[in-house]
Amino acid sequence: MSVAVVVHNLMKRYGDIIAVDHISFEVKQAEIFGFLGPNGAGKTTTIRILTGIIKPDEGTATIMEHDIGKEPLQAKQIMGIVPEMSNAYIDLSAWNNLMLIGELYGVPKKQRIERANKLLERFGLYDRKDQLVRGFSKGMKQRLILCMALINEPAILFLDEPTSGLDVESAKMIREIIMELNSAGATVFLTTHNMEEANKLCDRIAIINHGMIAAIDTPENLRMKSSSLQSIEVSFDHSLNTNNLAKIPCVKQIEKMGDKIKLYTSDPGETLNCIMDYARSHNMRIITLNTLAPSLEEVFLKLTQTKREG
Amino acid sequence: MRDDQAMQSINIFWEQLKRSFAIAKKDIRIYYSKGPVVVFGLIFPLFLFLAFTIGRNLSARELFPGLIGMTVFFTATSVGPAILPWETRSKTLERLVCSPVSTWAIFFGDILASFIFGVLVSLVPLGVALIIGVEIMDLLVLSLGMILATFCFASLSVLLSVYPPTDIPATVMMLSSLIKFPLVFISGVFVPIEQLPEWAKIAASLSPLTYFTDLARYAINGISYYSVSVDLAVLATFMLVFLVSSVKLHEKFLPQRFS
Repeated sequence: MSVAVVVHNLMKRYGDIIAVDHISFEVKQAEIFGFLGPNGAGKTTTIRILTGIIKPDEGTATIMEHDIGKEPLQAKQIMGIVPEMSNAYIDLSAWNNLMLIGELYGVPKKQRIERANKLLERFGLYDRKDQLVRGFSKGMKQRLILCMALINEPAILFLDEPTSGLDVESAKMIREIIMELNSAGATVFLTTHNMEEANKLCDRIAIINHGMIAAIDTPENLRMKSSSLQSIEVSFDHSLNTNNLAKIPCVKQIEKMGDKIKLYTSDPGETLNCIMDYARSHNMRIITLNTLAPSLEEVFLKLTQTKREG
Repeated sequence: MRDDQAMQSINIFWEQLKRSFAIAKKDIRIYYSKGPVVVFGLIFPLFLFLAFTIGRNLSARELFPGLIGMTVFFTATSVGPAILPWETRSKTLERLVCSPVSTWAIFFGDILASFIFGVLVSLVPLGVALIIGVEIMDLLVLSLGMILATFCFASLSVLLSVYPPTDIPATVMMLSSLIKFPLVFISGVFVPIEQLPEWAKIAASLSPLTYFTDLARYAINGISYYSVSVDLAVLATFMLVFLVSSVKLHEKFLPQRFS
């Protein structure tokens, strides 16, 4: 699979603060790449560099083999961008916004009109196309922004928090469109705070914290690699002192959750055997027993908190 | 090979120019009906002119050069200073910057919008003058002067929003008024240059508006302080300086609008 985005040693400084600290990564063509991080971690700065809004102090970023610093027009021509803050012209109609963006991307008039009609239909905005964007709801504005990002049929789509603060219906529609576009071969670079969204949509995820990449992998691998976050959830037919289970080797932490006990362990197999032995030796019956991989949210929190503490 | 490269450069330039026109069309659609533009660009200069002329026994021929000078100057500079702060605040500037449009083409589009608006509005007093019987001796010089002056003032208007790179339109409107109003008073709009004291003549020579009002006086009355060729050459020079410096300085300060 060829590469859509190559980021090499990218650094951006604002005064004394390093917003992005010499990061490097690659995004493959036709993959959905999630870029996660807490507020102020450097997500938006990175996406702004990649889309040519700001220049890095060091390093390079290449979009489909076009260096954004040296060939900005060629790189921007093949991108579609959905920014964090809605930025359609509120004093123009939805239609005029689309026509303007089409003209800025050099889309010929006939294609511009055809595509605008199709997009507005697809996003449920056709009936409102002649109304000023000023009167649109947040969800409608975000759908229009996505239409604007797609008018040039981009090979790569950058989305900065595309579903943040949206109603359920609009968020679902946007996620479906992302999947559709990706199935049609488009590369998607997505920043989000929504772990569930990242887990469902992304082929790979990078976690950025304090301007540095903390981890890059598939969502499943990220979960599996966090061995210290693997756990076993167990419940017995009668209550017990959780301190007894804490003596089991490999158990790092115990949480009581109602009638269930959650044991965090680095070796689930060994811990499972010890729990069975414990139940037998104390004449207890196990009611439920589940081995759990950590959620992406837990992995994210661990990675970002570890760095913060470190 | 070289011919191919030259053709490619011309094509790229032409494509960018078309995108400048798209930006100009958008500016005209959005900004020319906004309150501050109507007040500062049309109503305020009209009342300033009326305040100066009412009660003075001046003929239409004497009034017209000042009126056309004020109209061209205020309309061409009415919206230019405010576009960038407005677009910075609404984040639409980011939209323009991340689209495949060169930064020069973005600012050239804003200048074009001010130019088109300035020319169209200036045709109104020109039409009125012709209807009430003001005889224009040299329409070609007046037209050429109007085009040069409108482009010059349109470039100046975009230059006025360079610094500070703020997102508050009122701040830029106020600062640009501090420059625009003194220019009107030293440029022979109300009093012909030859009637000004010596120090004021020197100050007038530094204002581009001086050369346009001088051209307008020549086109209507056949009298001018400078020669027509000097007026046109100085206006063209001011236009180039304002155009190049507004594009270059905006490119320099643009990153500060996104930090």
